[in-house]
Amino acid sequence: MTLAEEFPTWAALLVSMLLLLGTSLSLTGSLGLLRLRNFYQRVHAPTLGATLGAGCLLFASMIFFSVLQTRPIVHEVLIAVFVTVTTPITLMVLVRAAVHRDRSEGNLDELDRSKTSNQSGR
Amino acid sequence: MNRWLPFPLLSACLLVMWLLLNQTLSAGQILLGGLLALLGGWLLTALQPATGRVRNPRAIVTLAFLVLIDIIRSNIAVAAIILVPRPRSVTSGFLNIPIDMRNRYGLAALACIITATPGTLWVQFNPRNGTLMIHVLDLVDEGIWIDTIKCRYERLLLEIFE
Amino acid sequence: MSAQVLGWSLTVSQVFLTLAMGCAAFRMLRGPRAQDRVLGLDTIYSNAMLLMLTFGIRTGSTSYFGAAFIIALLGFVSTLAVAKFLLRGEVIE
Repeated sequence: MTLAEEFPTWAALLVSMLLLLGTSLSLTGSLGLLRLRNFYQRVHAPTLGATLGAGCLLFASMIFFSVLQTRPIVHEVLIAVFVTVTTPITLMVLVRAAVHRDRSEGNLDELDRSKTSNQSGR
Repeated sequence: MNRWLPFPLLSACLLVMWLLLNQTLSAGQILLGGLLALLGGWLLTALQPATGRVRNPRAIVTLAFLVLIDIIRSNIAVAAIILVPRPRSVTSGFLNIPIDMRNRYGLAALACIITATPGTLWVQFNPRNGTLMIHVLDLVDEGIWIDTIKCRYERLLLEIFE
Repeated sequence: MSAQVLGWSLTVSQVFLTLAMGCAAFRMLRGPRAQDRVLGLDTIYSNAMLLMLTFGIRTGSTSYFGAAFIIALLGFVSTLAVAKFLLRGEVIE
């Protein structure tokens, strides 16, 4: 650790809590990729890490560097804005691609069947 | 706006972005960022985007607050679904919602909101009959979801954009 | 004391993020269909971006911020390109 000794306790605790919260959220999201049953359910999982998970980590980084350099460091806002704008676009295009592929292959009944089919295994 | 500064809001955002990236407020960087902002505005003119106007700035704040709360709530809900030892038989499915909004910017904002909230996902919008198809992870009561989107988001977005 | 707490939570966070990348990599390698693999790739990218931020906090240098930003950019562009390919069969129409 190259951390200065005079780093205040409250900031360290706050940053630690935000770090643990954010990373456990994104771990949960990635775990959802394994646990959920079909593609349309799995698309929802990474959103956890991309919204609140990334938000917590960016906030932690913002607090850490602002305290460390004793001046406001806010360039993490850029990543936050970028992720907020781009994640929906990626997921939307991906879902449309999946729907398109399912339709063209004729197993579109998944769209209607999916409400009941998830109880049985993958 | 005028010939030199066609999109003031975009140019201001570009300038702020440049200054944030460089972490300075020095005169040189402000000049460089200003040039970049002007250039970005001119480039956007070439794309000829539909003009949009924000009608009600206060509604944006309300909407942002609502969305933040909903993101936190649905994060918890989705995390609970994933983490329950044996995932209970989640009923997820597609849902069709009639939408009154036609403004492109409003629809784009609605798409971002719906997709950014874990548990709901924008699939497609049919402009001919104005139905929006979304996918919901935990589809217990269709009425609740339709209500959420129509009353919570669409009403405010209509106030902002139309 | 405060440095120790922060160090431990950084270690735990990095382990969490590595596990998350492992899960996503599994989905990418295994994924029954192409869209599952793309989703796995996108998740790997966003977790790598978060990992860069934790490295930045550990070393106390802001230069990791640029790396995180570039990973986020590349992740967006590459995922979008592959998804577009799945949608139409070609990237640029």
